[in-house]
Amino acid sequence: MAIASKRRSTPLVLISSVLVLAWIVVAAFPFLWTLWGSFKVQGDFFSKADWMNALWGTRTVIETGAPFTGAGYEGAWIEKEFWRAALNTGIIVFFTVIISLTLGTLGGYALARSGYRYAFWLLMLALVFRAMPHITLVSGYLLPFFEWNLWGHIPTTIVVLVAINQPFTLWMLHSFFLNIPKDLDESAMVDGCTRFQAFRHVIVPVMWPGVITTGLFSFLLAYNDFTVTALLLNQENQTMIPKIASFLGSTQVEGNVMFAVAAVVSATAPLFVLILFFQRQIVSGLTAGAVKG
Amino acid sequence: MPHRTFFWFILPSALAMLLFIAFPLVSVIVQSLHVEHEQILVTSENCGPFGCKQSTSVDVEATAKLKDAAPLGRFNSLGTYMDRGHLATAEISQAWSTTDSWRAFFSRVMNLPFYKALAFTLAYTAVVTPLVILFGLAVALGVNGLPKLVKGPTIFISLLPMIVTPLIGSLILYWMIDADGILGKGLQYIFDDPALSLKASPLLTWLTLFTYGVWHGIPFAFVVFYAGLQTVPEETLEAAMIDGASRWERIRYVVIPYMGPLFVFVALIQLMDNFRVFEPIIGFSAQANASSLSTEIYGDLLGDNAQYASAAATSMLTVIGVAILLTPVLIRTWRDFNRKAV
Repeated sequence: MAIASKRRSTPLVLISSVLVLAWIVVAAFPFLWTLWGSFKVQGDFFSKADWMNALWGTRTVIETGAPFTGAGYEGAWIEKEFWRAALNTGIIVFFTVIISLTLGTLGGYALARSGYRYAFWLLMLALVFRAMPHITLVSGYLLPFFEWNLWGHIPTTIVVLVAINQPFTLWMLHSFFLNIPKDLDESAMVDGCTRFQAFRHVIVPVMWPGVITTGLFSFLLAYNDFTVTALLLNQENQTMIPKIASFLGSTQVEGNVMFAVAAVVSATAPLFVLILFFQRQIVSGLTAGAVKG
Repeated sequence: MPHRTFFWFILPSALAMLLFIAFPLVSVIVQSLHVEHEQILVTSENCGPFGCKQSTSVDVEATAKLKDAAPLGRFNSLGTYMDRGHLATAEISQAWSTTDSWRAFFSRVMNLPFYKALAFTLAYTAVVTPLVILFGLAVALGVNGLPKLVKGPTIFISLLPMIVTPLIGSLILYWMIDADGILGKGLQYIFDDPALSLKASPLLTWLTLFTYGVWHGIPFAFVVFYAGLQTVPEETLEAAMIDGASRWERIRYVVIPYMGPLFVFVALIQLMDNFRVFEPIIGFSAQANASSLSTEIYGDLLGDNAQYASAAATSMLTVIGVAILLTPVLIRTWRDFNRKAV
């Protein structure tokens, strides 16, 4: 009988299939198109003559002798030293994720286990902090950082990203810890553990699914950040996203837009892999906050 | 948990938030009340064969010294808030008294940078949020009816527009809508207008940015609603069917009310995120036709002579905007909490 409510008329199936199909095209086509186009020359990707040129690579064949070319990637990674930006992004993202999770697990655990009123207010405060546009915070940092010579260093950016990340990390881990039964750590404490020992030996071994999911979102925040990294880092320490933004100005003039296109594809690739492996965790993380209301 | 233990557990996290979120807000308030030092001018008299001339020049050394002594600048109280770049009280009252129709008054106000940015930010938030919820729900209902085998890949593709860096996502679309790009060419063909460019007029730029916002926002709403649909109780749906409800009526009277809290959640997150719209405007190079509160601040901070006071004042006004946006939610949560406590 359970199937009865799910049976649907043919036109309805048709409409909803068309809708989903349309959405899939809208969601995926831009990425496929840009990936394909990044192996062409500018004359094909931005074709004045015929858009079909981008498919067959007409100008690419004329200019390079083959329908595909890695010139954009070579120019971006070697000539424009995109590898340096990729390295900086790697360092910043790695440390941001590790530190945010360490602080977040401790804080989130405390918030989940404290029954006092101030824990609720701290969470509300974190929600307000979460809503602050990052650029307003950055405008507060700049002047003090210049005065104290903290500006332009990678560690400063890591600390700032960790702090900006905290409200979200706290909320998420707090709701994960609420799902771990209280009896677990309380029985450990009855057996003579201190609170920290109970956390270390009983909670840590079972908390990994929640931590991994939260870590994914910390990763995305640090990796995708433009506001903080663009304004707090100098030229040498630049990360990928501000580097791409700075490509725009310089490459448009030199006619090297393909460098930027190649860089964009390179920066998207890790995210692709991430969704491929962690799709379930991302979906459960997005809904974790929602389903609890 | 005893207060002492709680304190030590929360300390590192609270310290980070205090130092890098609460303190910068204080710093923003202080900065917004100050303004750059005036340059110290020296007047000197140059006497030549044809008489004496007075010339004024900037005493660079003295100005630098003053700047070192008090890097914040001089106290300006609310001056920056009222100037032309922000609330522009003088300009508004002048426009009010010199124009005789609402239309003329609004067009004068819309020329002021702060109101221009506020108008775009509010329009973006007001247009994108409901559309994201609507399309997100539609896609969720559609995917829910798919056979199990294709659900996974569909969700994978659906996540892409959200997960990809906003700046990169907007760049990808920006290149496609370029007059020589595939979408730009396609639109020219459809409207039979070879000169059509989405970057030319403010209206088209706004529409492009709205479209990007919806594209970027749908996956989040979709995932939340899709998860919500899995929890709608089958019995209620069947009961409604036995009572003769059509499919549409079942969605309208069972599914949508059941998912009420999810709509609130998605709307809240979307409001917060859309209000700080920033990267798309940079990615689409649309600063000429559209500016948001965030890009105003960014513009002030960029470059060698950054206008800290101006950026700080806009930041404060933005924070006030966020506070107004969040007040209903906070009041509601507070009421719920009190009800639980009693």
